[in-house]
Amino acid sequence: MNRITEKLKDGGKLLSIYFTAGYPQLEDTVSIIEELERSGVDMIEIGLPFSDPLADGPTIQESSTAALRNGMSTALLFEQLKGIRNSVKIPLIIMGYFNPVLQYGVEEFCLKCAEIGIDGLILPDLPLDVYQEQYEEIFKKHGLLNMFLITPQTSDERIRQIDEASEGFIYMVSSASTTGAKSGFGPEQQQYFERIGSMQLKHPQIVGFGISNAETFDQATQRAKGAIIGSAFIKFLTREGKKNIDKFIKSIKVPA
Amino acid sequence: MSYNVDEKGYYGQFGGAFIPEMLYPNTDELRRQYIEIMEAPDFQEEFRQLLRDYVGRPTPLYFAKRLSDTFNTKIYLKREDLCHTGAHKVNNTIGQILLAKRLGKNRIIAETGAGQHGVATATVCALMGIECVVYMGEVDIARQAPNVARMKMLGATVKPATSGSRTLKDATNEAIRDWINNPVNTHYIIGSVVGPHPYPDMVARFQSVISEEVQQQLIEKEGTPNPDYVVACVGGGSNAAGLYYHYLDNPEVGIIAVEAAGKGIHTGESAATSALGKVGIIHGSKTLLMQTGDGQITEPYSISAGLDYPGVGPMHANLYTSGRGEFISITDKEAMEAGLLVSKLEGIIPAIETSHAFAIFDHRSFKPEDIVVFNLSGRGDKDLQTYIDYFKL
Repeated sequence: MNRITEKLKDGGKLLSIYFTAGYPQLEDTVSIIEELERSGVDMIEIGLPFSDPLADGPTIQESSTAALRNGMSTALLFEQLKGIRNSVKIPLIIMGYFNPVLQYGVEEFCLKCAEIGIDGLILPDLPLDVYQEQYEEIFKKHGLLNMFLITPQTSDERIRQIDEASEGFIYMVSSASTTGAKSGFGPEQQQYFERIGSMQLKHPQIVGFGISNAETFDQATQRAKGAIIGSAFIKFLTREGKKNIDKFIKSIKVPA
Repeated sequence: MSYNVDEKGYYGQFGGAFIPEMLYPNTDELRRQYIEIMEAPDFQEEFRQLLRDYVGRPTPLYFAKRLSDTFNTKIYLKREDLCHTGAHKVNNTIGQILLAKRLGKNRIIAETGAGQHGVATATVCALMGIECVVYMGEVDIARQAPNVARMKMLGATVKPATSGSRTLKDATNEAIRDWINNPVNTHYIIGSVVGPHPYPDMVARFQSVISEEVQQQLIEKEGTPNPDYVVACVGGGSNAAGLYYHYLDNPEVGIIAVEAAGKGIHTGESAATSALGKVGIIHGSKTLLMQTGDGQITEPYSISAGLDYPGVGPMHANLYTSGRGEFISITDKEAMEAGLLVSKLEGIIPAIETSHAFAIFDHRSFKPEDIVVFNLSGRGDKDLQTYIDYFKL
């Protein structure tokens, strides 16, 4: 069974961490993944950097630019991740924009992911209909789950449609914003969390955007299965480097 | 087969809406409503009236006698340079501001490179009393000071795009990010036939007034609505889309698209997307774009700020790959000299973007009886400093 599907069956709330591959240093990718697992993270999104990340705020834009300047590329990321499954057991997801995947070749990209032991992909600008018409078969053949996003603006009807098409979890964007734009949740988010919670979707939801500490993690996971931290973790890496990653993680979620 | 958009928003294999879910409600709202709104009689009445009384349409179709004599063919100039604000851009911004009002939006955002679309957007926002924010790359703000000042005088807020290469593509990214953060009250006025569906089609429809007028004007002058060729410069491609629109599926009319080769196609400093681009995704559209082998979007170069976009509208990508359009790339040098020639022969100083189109005579010839319509898409006032520096005037 896919590691994501298996992990989602766990009793507890899940903490997932996003970071940009090749940042702060080009060779940091594997050691950050290993350190995150040791610190008790449940799932990792490995960010494939892109020159024009239009859904991201300044933090992830800057980490992506820095990673590309460091020399990160799709081919190099795959090279770095070779053998990762000798040490890392938790689900690994590659998250990025569609163009680099398209240039690598979707089939070839999926094949590489399968060889390495990647469990799923999040490609926010690959639309649902295009995925279903052109790529779903390829993803499935290589055992990759494709996770879709919903936002507070997504209609109930579309959420049901996305739920039907989903595998693994639904990536629940907490507010109408780019990444790292807002911290903390207001009544609007609480209402949205309630609304989605009461829809009784088939797939569990993992909340992303706006989570930066224990308080926001708890708020986000009241009704949802888990939460993703991206920008706040990258800011931490920028500030403190790779040391004390476990301190950051344990400040958010005490390991079960 | 049609060269116009299909019902799913594609031109052949190009187009679509490759956008994150955060933008889905915005573009979906537009997609569902744009045609109905645009075709409503009261919209058409208001749009046509503003084009006539405010923009100054119809713009003349002028027979350029001295230019025709020089190149031994019949050259007509569609005088979009005479539009209010100095270029065709305003045709689209008038249309989109009226559409935004009908969608109940009270805030407008736009991206701009050289500043022409920013000025055209700030103008219509002033006209309608609507808040306007224009994103412009930090680099472009520094080199296009007069247009920045114009936007400010018109009441717009100019926000610098400080990410990436700090030019047009980054200004577009910033505008898209603003739209993600303000999905309910804001309409994004894209300035070219780029972006996710329905933008390429919507902008092309607003600009199609150009070829609609050419058809009528040519009947008066030549007894036929059809020229032998229509010629336009292409950056994103909105002036070209406007000139081609009513001729797309008319095989009697040849389509010529002129791109900026910059310092030369193979110098690494070029904006000739058809020659250098590969299929990919930029700003929500599947099209030809300049990128690395790894799929990172690269920064184009042209002496003309209006042509240095790394992609091209999906309509044009399809015209290129299908062979329906003939694509020619013109270097900075050729364009500047052609601009000077048109100035001296016709008393019209064209925008440098437009000057590229006039440089095709070194690359192809026409028969003496051919009717060749050029889109004179903008006037050269904004480029005076570049002309001065180049020719040491």
